[in-house]
Amino acid sequence: MALELYLDLFSQPCRSVYIFAKKNNISFDFKKLSLLDGEQYGEDFGKISLIRKAPALRDGDFCLAESIAIMLYLAEKFKTPDFWYPADLQQRARVNEYLSWQHTAIRMHGSKIFWLRVRSPSLIFLMIPKVMGVEVPEDKMNAALDDLNSSLKLVEEKFLQDRPFIAGDQISLADLVAIVEIMQPVGAGLDVFEGRPKLSAWRDRVQEAIGKELFDEAHQYILGAQESVKTMDSNKMQFFKPKILRLFM
Amino acid sequence: MATGRLVEVYLDLLSQPCRAVHILLTCTKIPHRVRTMALRKGEHRTLDFTKLNPMQKVPVMVDDGFVLTESDAILKYLATKYDVPEHWYPRQPERRARVDEYTAWHHTNTRPMGFCDGSAPARLNRALSDLDDTLDKLESMFLRRQPFLCGDDITVADLLAACELTQPLGGGRDVLKERPQLQRWRSRVQSAVGEAFDKAHGVLYALRDRRRARL
Repeated sequence: MALELYLDLFSQPCRSVYIFAKKNNISFDFKKLSLLDGEQYGEDFGKISLIRKAPALRDGDFCLAESIAIMLYLAEKFKTPDFWYPADLQQRARVNEYLSWQHTAIRMHGSKIFWLRVRSPSLIFLMIPKVMGVEVPEDKMNAALDDLNSSLKLVEEKFLQDRPFIAGDQISLADLVAIVEIMQPVGAGLDVFEGRPKLSAWRDRVQEAIGKELFDEAHQYILGAQESVKTMDSNKMQFFKPKILRLFM
Repeated sequence: MATGRLVEVYLDLLSQPCRAVHILLTCTKIPHRVRTMALRKGEHRTLDFTKLNPMQKVPVMVDDGFVLTESDAILKYLATKYDVPEHWYPRQPERRARVDEYTAWHHTNTRPMGFCDGSAPARLNRALSDLDDTLDKLESMFLRRQPFLCGDDITVADLLAACELTQPLGGGRDVLKERPQLQRWRSRVQSAVGEAFDKAHGVLYALRDRRRARL
């Protein structure tokens, strides 16, 4: 049985796994999961992942959740180039440090902005109003933006400093995980790179290291989110209501 | 002086991730030096500490000039660099993946449970309402029929989880009160690490006892 990866490219951690696997020519069965349609709650997927989240991996009898665990497993199994997850103890620790920090920092803040705001060029459409039928209070939006800005500042000042990439001279899993998260608010129409030359320069280097084609391919869904939202069936998304209430309101 | 070669850790034992690091160091007898920090006194906001860690958080590890934050990164670094029993962070890919899976999941699932100690009133309600679901998942997704979260042996994952789940004791709450399966797991963790567990938890227990005495 081929390696299976259960992915929804709407989701940041799925994008990092997708890019990693494709970039390293790891052959896999792409099992498309539509989170917005609630497919993660289906019976079949429940057998793969009790956590019911994407991404998920199935390698023979072995099932694994959590994008970071999945990428580390693939890096080891397919002996990907060292720079992705360096064998050098200190460099590896730098990567682990970023991968750990980002769970409750950039990951959370970038996601929040995406959910709070998906904007078309002419009108402000909000994902939340679409689902909830209510406007997002301005103070919540501002607080979320403040959090995101703090996270981005830390990425620049602590994790990058004057290095080309987070762990040093070459791209690693840390940069990959960072870029897909930072692209999430971009998908909501918020250009986080504007006014941040250091971050922009890093983004350019990461894109080049990944390859523009693969990068764009992985991100086309999220960058088209503003358009998709217009045609989204808000009834289908009602099961997200409790989650949104808890997380963001 | 030999202290230049000792790994240094900045710890506040009222902090869950600090306790996990402390237990690993004590248990595995890695030569180290603890720099005690008191967050309640604002010691993490001093100029010197901020220079060390701009995020003003603990734990922080300094190994011969190499500064590292984030408890799971620190635990994995120590388990790899020093000659510790392999079970702490197994090398076999599938067994290691299980630990990586837990340590990732921990951040947004178990970690928030520490707020059941009531230390941040704004977070208490959310933590309490998520508690059952989190404990259910710990039992059904990780523990299942295994002695420890990631398999037959204790790993760094168990340290992170156990220290998180003891935190509410400081607020007078035993979140495992109605959970015999998890209680048995906690006992196994305590047995596996021996006196290192109580040593790390001394400050927390004292807090709990002072609270009881006031009631």
